[in-house]
Amino acid sequence: MSILEVKNVGKRFGGLQALGDVNLSIAENSCHAIIGPNGAGKSTLLNCLIGKLIPDTGSVMFDGQSVLGRKPHEINQMGISRVFQTPEIFADLSVWENVMIPIFAKRDGSFRMHAFESVARERKVVDGAMQMLDDVNMADKRDLLAGSLSRGDKRRLEMAMCLSQNPRLLLLDEPTAGMARADTNNTIELLREIRTKRDITMVIIEHDMHVVFSLADRITVLAQGTPLVEDTPDRIKGHPKVQEAYLGEAAH
Amino acid sequence: MDAILLQILNGLDKGSAYALIALGLTLIFGTLGVVNFAHGALFMIGAFCAVTLQRILTLSQTTIDETRTDFLGNPMQVDTPYVVLWFGESTGAAIVDWAVPLAILFAIPVMLIVGVVMERGLIQHFYKRPHADQILVTFGLAIVLQEIIKAFYGANPIPTPAPQAFRGSFDFGVLVGFDPNTIIYPYWRLVYFAFAAIIIAAVFAFLRYTTFGMVVRAGMADRETVGLLGINIDRRFTAMFGIAAAVAGLAGVMYAPINAPNYHMGMDFLVLSFVVVVVGGMGSLAGAVLAGFLLGILESFASMTAVIDLIPGINQIIIYLVAIIVLLARPRGLMGRRGVMEE
Amino acid sequence: MQSFGRKDTILLIVVALLVLLAPVILNPFPQASSLAQFNAGYPDLMQRFVIFGIFAIGFNILFGLTGYLSFGHAAFLGAGSYAAVWMFKLLSMNVIPAIVLAVVVGGLFAALIGYVSLRRSGIYFSILTLAFAQMSFALAYSVLTPLTNGETGLQLSLSDPRIFDPAATGSLPTTNLFGIDMRATTTIFAGPWEFQLNAGYYMSGLIMLVAFWLSIRIFRSPFGMMLRAVKSNQQRMSYTGLSTRPYTLAAFVISGMYAGLAGGLLAAMDPLAGAERMQWTASGEVVLMTILGGAGSLIGPVLGAGFIKYFENIFSKINDSVLHTWFGALPDGLETALVTLVHPFVGKGWHLTLGLLFMLVVIFLPGGLVEGGRRIRGVVGRRNRKAGDPEARAASKQPAE
Repeated sequence: MSILEVKNVGKRFGGLQALGDVNLSIAENSCHAIIGPNGAGKSTLLNCLIGKLIPDTGSVMFDGQSVLGRKPHEINQMGISRVFQTPEIFADLSVWENVMIPIFAKRDGSFRMHAFESVARERKVVDGAMQMLDDVNMADKRDLLAGSLSRGDKRRLEMAMCLSQNPRLLLLDEPTAGMARADTNNTIELLREIRTKRDITMVIIEHDMHVVFSLADRITVLAQGTPLVEDTPDRIKGHPKVQEAYLGEAAH
Repeated sequence: MDAILLQILNGLDKGSAYALIALGLTLIFGTLGVVNFAHGALFMIGAFCAVTLQRILTLSQTTIDETRTDFLGNPMQVDTPYVVLWFGESTGAAIVDWAVPLAILFAIPVMLIVGVVMERGLIQHFYKRPHADQILVTFGLAIVLQEIIKAFYGANPIPTPAPQAFRGSFDFGVLVGFDPNTIIYPYWRLVYFAFAAIIIAAVFAFLRYTTFGMVVRAGMADRETVGLLGINIDRRFTAMFGIAAAVAGLAGVMYAPINAPNYHMGMDFLVLSFVVVVVGGMGSLAGAVLAGFLLGILESFASMTAVIDLIPGINQIIIYLVAIIVLLARPRGLMGRRGVMEE
Repeated sequence: MQSFGRKDTILLIVVALLVLLAPVILNPFPQASSLAQFNAGYPDLMQRFVIFGIFAIGFNILFGLTGYLSFGHAAFLGAGSYAAVWMFKLLSMNVIPAIVLAVVVGGLFAALIGYVSLRRSGIYFSILTLAFAQMSFALAYSVLTPLTNGETGLQLSLSDPRIFDPAATGSLPTTNLFGIDMRATTTIFAGPWEFQLNAGYYMSGLIMLVAFWLSIRIFRSPFGMMLRAVKSNQQRMSYTGLSTRPYTLAAFVISGMYAGLAGGLLAAMDPLAGAERMQWTASGEVVLMTILGGAGSLIGPVLGAGFIKYFENIFSKINDSVLHTWFGALPDGLETALVTLVHPFVGKGWHLTLGLLFMLVVIFLPGGLVEGGRRIRGVVGRRNRKAGDPEARAASKQPAE
């Protein structure tokens, strides 16, 4: 049963055809990786999924509903969360406020005038945020300003923010870029653990093949805005077209 | 027909002032990325350059003329300006009479210095700070500058007449074939418009045809790349700030005969000039000039009795109304580039 | 941390005590002494302290939390004043309906302007609010004269209907709260000191305390957290499923209601309203107060309002003859030099001092007086403890609140 259907999506920037004719079908509770060389259109594709960009052609259906034409916050409310390439966090807020905000958003919707309740009295939210921070091993940093964290911690925080909403679909844009090896392995462990604990679908863009092959059930190779091939990790590894278009490039 | 032409002409002098101030504002914003709330104060300082020069030129030696007596029968005190003593009766009087145009020469170095000192001393520390901080600090500076002027020149407007030759009006209508007395236009306003046109042309030519101007334009488009080419963009931008200050200052010098300078004239013009910049498009030089004249003329049309009878009060709010509509419908302004400050 | 915790309660109690004792604290100099001119404990000035405090507290909810710099908030203050005076003219000299209507009008007016202005952010937002406020100002002077009485300003007259009050005879009636005259002042003599306890001041002070308490609640609420999130990262907010526009609009309307309340109170203390209250320089003043005190902090705006209003009053009273008395003991030449030097900054030159002060704060102390206080405490604390004490370092890193 597929949860995300991308059909004939195309996007053009001036003279550049960023996305040609993209068709994707992503099965519920799977982890689907999209790989490809720089400029292949991976981030453009993600941006079309979360409403940051509107494709020129095609349709994007999430759980039977179109996401096109909806505002980013509405798409999130449908159950899609995204981790960005450069972490998007609330730098001027404390770490656990960063996690509480998505929990409030999940509970109260896109706007609620809860101006006279005290944050501290919202036990469930506070505890939920604490639990989430525990899960990503950041409980000791909860009072720090998010902007003062290391790059790796910012990424983990952003992931915690997304996961705290219990999304049905999690989009990860290079979640381990710039991370040390140990942090990368931690992230892989974390994502695996999440997959075992909850019903969640993941779409992941990644350059690090170690991460891709550790997590993905299926892989789509994107080159020049069109999918070259889609298959299981094992078969992708040996695919000649892929070797040529992508892995060959990564090898040197 | 003649009524329309009259309103266009009436809008020209204010339009010129808006255009000149907005030109500097948008130049500073485009090059330095700074929102300068003190730019109106530069216009005001320019006007006071004219006042100052007039005062210097009329500095007088007091002598007692024994041959004449005042009404009490005492010998009369006579004030003779030094320039008259030095250059003789007729030349001296002419110099005093031409104080305002002469103040252009006086104002250029003064304004350049003011501009450069302002940029080096204050503005440069705010390039990386948020726009809100830039607005706040230049707002503070504007208050300080106008209070300094107030401390020296007092709170009352100081009449600063144009040269005798340009006082009074002429029948512009007859010149272009209308009936006599339909379009009476003061000479000085025409002078002001011509002056503004020359300054605007000079700024554009400077940016277009000099290497300096080319670098500045390139810097406006993409500061980082130009910096990477090893060109010292900062020094050029400092100079650009000086030039923008000079343009505002000259606009002020020549405006002195139209409206007697007072210490808060800068603030009055600033708010409107900002609106002009926004309507023209942030960072667009041509847009600033176009919007300046457009709004000046529009304001003049809105002041027609027939229009006011139709929509009372429209003359007071027309510019703001246009700004609001433009900001909402086309935030990049009439001629702004796509994607520049379009949030 | 975010709760209405002990610290907030203490802060509120301290502010309440200050408001209660202000007539005493602000009159430290005996009435006959030459220093009495520095006393600030007279009703008129104290009323302005608390009323502009309310204005700044409200402005801070918008600017301090969301970072949207409005240059048009005076329009809501002015609208509140007009609304209040109309209540005095039509209904009754009781201040309650006047204040209620002022808040409502301030809020509605803010909803209207905010709905349009908040389509843009950053400098465009500032210019939009500025344009709207200038428009209101221009209209109040011209077309809306039937409502605002133009340049003269809206005033009471004997022929006003005032349907709930007995007809006024002789002199104009004064504002009251269920019969308590707002001008009623009890003077307490304590030796050479005089303390004036004024009904209007205490009512305004009480309202300011409520306003302050509400602002603490908002700061500590999930809503307040969302407003800070708006300032921090709007993009992340919308990808987190939150719609930013309603949050900013709500903050804008709340701050507009505070401004309307302040305007209503100004009219309740002195029942007249003029268009100059709407001018953009008046909007600039509340920006100054908030920044000077410390935008985004709870107590900052109150401090800023008090500071500016106090020094405006005191500085503008210092003239040359006062300066000559101060420096009188010095040799003549030095005396004249000092007087000449100080002269431009005092008396009518107060705005020069204010402008300089404001620039200095923005340049060196972006957190305002509150930040200054914390730095001083930090220096003192570092001296008391051993350098490098982790707790001291952590304390100095704590965000402003």
